[in-house]
Amino acid sequence: MKTVTADQIREISGVDTRKCMKCGRCSASCPAYDEMDIRPHQFISYVQNGNIEPLMNSKSISKCLSCFACVERCPRNVKPAKVIEAVRVSVLRQRGETILSADEMPELLDENMPQQLLMSAFRKYKK
Amino acid sequence: MQRIGVFVCHCGTNIAATVDVKRVAETLLKEPGVVHAEDYQYMCSEAGQKLIGDAIKEKQLTGIVVCSCSPRMHENTFRKAAERYGINPYLVEIANIREQCSWIHKDKEEATEKAIILGRAAVAKVMLNAPLQAGTSPVTKRALVIGGGIAGIQTALDIADAGFEVDIVERTPSIGGRMSQLDKTFPTLDCAACILTPKMVEANAHEKITLFTWSEVEKVGGFVGDFKVDIRKKARYVDMDKCTGCGECQAKCPNKKTPNEFNRGLNNRSAIYTPFAQAIPNVPVIDKNACTYLKTGKCGVCAKICKAGAINYEAQDEIITREYGAIVVATGFDTIKLDKFNEYGYNTNKDVITSLELERLMNAAGPTGGHVVRPSNGEDPKTIVFVQCVGSRDTTCRGKTYCSKICCMYTAKQAMLLKDHYPWLDIHVFYIDVRTPGKNFDEFYRRAVEEYDVDYIKGQVGKVSEAENGRLLVQASDLLDNRQIKMEADLVVLATAIEPNEGVRRIASMLTASIDTNDFLTEAHAKLRPVESPTAGIFLSGVCQGPKDIPETVAQAGAAASKVIGLLSKDHLVTNPCTAKCNQVYCNGCSNCEKVCPYGAISYDEQMVIRFGARETTRVATVNTALCQGCGACTVACPSGAMDLQGFSNRQILAEVDAICR
Amino acid sequence: MIYSYFPGCTLKNKAKDLDLYARESAKALGFELEEIPEWQCCGGVYPLASDEIATKLPSVRALADAKSKGQDLITVCSACHHVIKRVNDDMANVNDIQTRVNNYMGLDEPYLGETTVLHYLEVLRDRVGFDELAKKVTNPLTGRKIGAYYGCLLLRPSATMQFDDPENPTILEDFIRAIGAEPVVYAMRNECCGGYVSLKAKDQAESMVDRVLSSAKAKGAEELITACPLCMYNLTKNCKGEGMKVSYFTELLAEALGIKEVQS
Repeated sequence: MKTVTADQIREISGVDTRKCMKCGRCSASCPAYDEMDIRPHQFISYVQNGNIEPLMNSKSISKCLSCFACVERCPRNVKPAKVIEAVRVSVLRQRGETILSADEMPELLDENMPQQLLMSAFRKYKK
Repeated sequence: MQRIGVFVCHCGTNIAATVDVKRVAETLLKEPGVVHAEDYQYMCSEAGQKLIGDAIKEKQLTGIVVCSCSPRMHENTFRKAAERYGINPYLVEIANIREQCSWIHKDKEEATEKAIILGRAAVAKVMLNAPLQAGTSPVTKRALVIGGGIAGIQTALDIADAGFEVDIVERTPSIGGRMSQLDKTFPTLDCAACILTPKMVEANAHEKITLFTWSEVEKVGGFVGDFKVDIRKKARYVDMDKCTGCGECQAKCPNKKTPNEFNRGLNNRSAIYTPFAQAIPNVPVIDKNACTYLKTGKCGVCAKICKAGAINYEAQDEIITREYGAIVVATGFDTIKLDKFNEYGYNTNKDVITSLELERLMNAAGPTGGHVVRPSNGEDPKTIVFVQCVGSRDTTCRGKTYCSKICCMYTAKQAMLLKDHYPWLDIHVFYIDVRTPGKNFDEFYRRAVEEYDVDYIKGQVGKVSEAENGRLLVQASDLLDNRQIKMEADLVVLATAIEPNEGVRRIASMLTASIDTNDFLTEAHAKLRPVESPTAGIFLSGVCQGPKDIPETVAQAGAAASKVIGLLSKDHLVTNPCTAKCNQVYCNGCSNCEKVCPYGAISYDEQMVIRFGARETTRVATVNTALCQGCGACTVACPSGAMDLQGFSNRQILAEVDAICR
Repeated sequence: MIYSYFPGCTLKNKAKDLDLYARESAKALGFELEEIPEWQCCGGVYPLASDEIATKLPSVRALADAKSKGQDLITVCSACHHVIKRVNDDMANVNDIQTRVNNYMGLDEPYLGETTVLHYLEVLRDRVGFDELAKKVTNPLTGRKIGAYYGCLLLRPSATMQFDDPENPTILEDFIRAIGAEPVVYAMRNECCGGYVSLKAKDQAESMVDRVLSSAKAKGAEELITACPLCMYNLTKNCKGEGMKVSYFTELLAEALGIKEVQS
């Protein structure tokens, strides 16, 4: 997998990581915090420091729920969810990279699943 | 024939690093009328001013151009120098080649070119300058202080001690302000009441100080040295002269359902009330929105039991007009409303309180007699969580961009006092940064950590909600341990951002005093004139100018007082001669100028005017130069070109434009 | 009043109740839902990356269609509402997206976010009015203790969604009151249900759902309502402990209006 640059993450996310004042309200709000190896506030810090590779290999990118609690409560308008998304799409846009393949689907399906779930999961996990 | 001297300042490297000052001087020397040009490292210094003086004598200069910093900074310096060396101060022009040139450009070639153009414009203007004579206006030797908190009280006492009369206008029923609500004060832990109430008594007893409590400033007219102010004395319904302050009326008032403002709504008060026991004056007011008698005509209990016969339900608001030489704004602050921060549960959970509410709970004279309890059920708390920066340092539409400055210190104070009273308490403080600049401040905060075992956690709280057992559930981050915390607490204290008191915009616009984007009053110069408003005769004291603690407020209050004393000590003030002037031959009596004048300086009357050799009586404008502030609005509004501003005449401005476009 | 209606895929399939009762109730309340012809799936999630264009086009097509009819666009599903509202906000405010989308679409007249996007609940609150709704209730759900489950998508980010106070919303509680039941306010009502993560990480969703249900039960809720089929799925199928009755808000609306056969 080819590591993208911090500038590319900033461009895709539209986030200016310099605005972060490291208060930690994103990580205080995140409902997926305990599932993540790299936490929302660290995403901002890693991008600011140009350290993108660990982010691209992080399981956090499949754990973020896009629930926007971090966006809502950030006092500096930094939008951590957009940075996590930018890292995720930077992985998925590369040839052969996917978090969810069509082959695993039959095993994951159950009869009650709404179409919305399948659609959302494909949009988030596959290109 | 004019003989102009040009003086180009390096301002150290501020100008010289970006502008070729030698070339500016050499080029401007070639301008018609210029007979002298030189550059120097610091033109505002003694040596620099002497260069100007020497040139005035040697070259018989008739006008001076100084290419330097903003005229706001040093125009006065150079005008005084010119006067000292024998030429009219209004024959000096400043070309601002620092703020408007060197500081904003990087390319030296371009900046030099621009500096030359700005200098050339100033030369063109000064060629048309006329010597002006400043007039004088008398000074009313009395000051008005708006706001009766610690800032207003200290300013008033200092002015009064110098022998001048001072009026304090306070909109609540008592002086004392925010400080009277506090328990103890950092960093020395004196009790607020012990150090404030003697000052309140002193202000009340001082023969030079008049208190107008339960009063508001209604209208401000006039100008520095001669303000005319209407003060609305709101109907108190209690006769100040008769009332003995026995308190019987408050005890017997049957209507006790109004949230107590002084206790931040933690309990209720009666309809007739003094905000607190040590109130000054110790005379209650009747809240007309709460009083049963005033609303329905039934009740009248207070009137019946008042032995002094002080109750007067017929009382009306009263407007009194007073004259002042100077006005001090000391309107203070409030905590912001927390409606946009519902993740902290302030509006939905009684056990989530602001720091100011905690002060009332800790205060021996507070609603619980100083016993800190959970407001929801009156039980003793075991775990208390403090949240810093609630609404401060927030660039979203929810909060304030600035640091409220006092929270780190009062939180450390509250935590230590709580531990003193209740050593078993578990106290956690969530912080972004702990900011404690100040004498003995950091030592104070460290004491909370090292001696009192207060748990400081670098991180923030995301959400406070009700736990299933009825306690509070605090979800937060600990950035140093890289963990998310879910902690139960009994009381959550929000270090709520502070903002200028409500109504400050109204006061500022009455005074034509400028305010910043956060509604703090602007000082005339951030460093060199920190207690003066840019509007002459208006001074600033306390938090109305920016967040500050009590020591700083008292220091600033004294500084504002000394500026007021300096002003009131003069019998006359020199007025700015750059005022508007009406050429009545051209005036067509349209009234446009009168309408746009923000100072009420223009009036119209019938006058005999000679036009084209014929006498006629016609309606024309006249400028009262004592009121005119030289803003120039009338000259723009005038359709016939009759209005002109002395020192900034239309001819001069067009000459500048021509010089720039040449 | 006629609204352009964007039902979304799930409402045509797993969440037919959400759709059916929305339509039936609308008739009873005096407004009409005109389904947008040939609407396409909104994608389920709003494309957060600022360079995503193609994934925004289905929303823009629906928005432009509503604009051409001069109608407001109404949705019932929380996810569709979230996606369409945010894309509309981009089309109104983000220059780059405006240009690229319009260049691609080649509409007769460029679409610049003109359409008003409303959630069905907003129509009830702001157009019909909860007081008016209460008057039309023939079968009040008296005595039922109902917890409102908001989830994320309706509320956040509030700067764009402009739906309600994101931390202390009241619209669903007001709705519950209007249909004669008793709202139960609980802390986790605006916390995430686990969303799409439940496809691959059931346990992550389960722990989140358990927190929601436990919080609601502790406050005395006997049933929940939601506007989102994915929330419905997670709340009912991904809970470890004892579950809870969850209904779509439109079901209870129809019930209160007396147009759904009451089953008990």
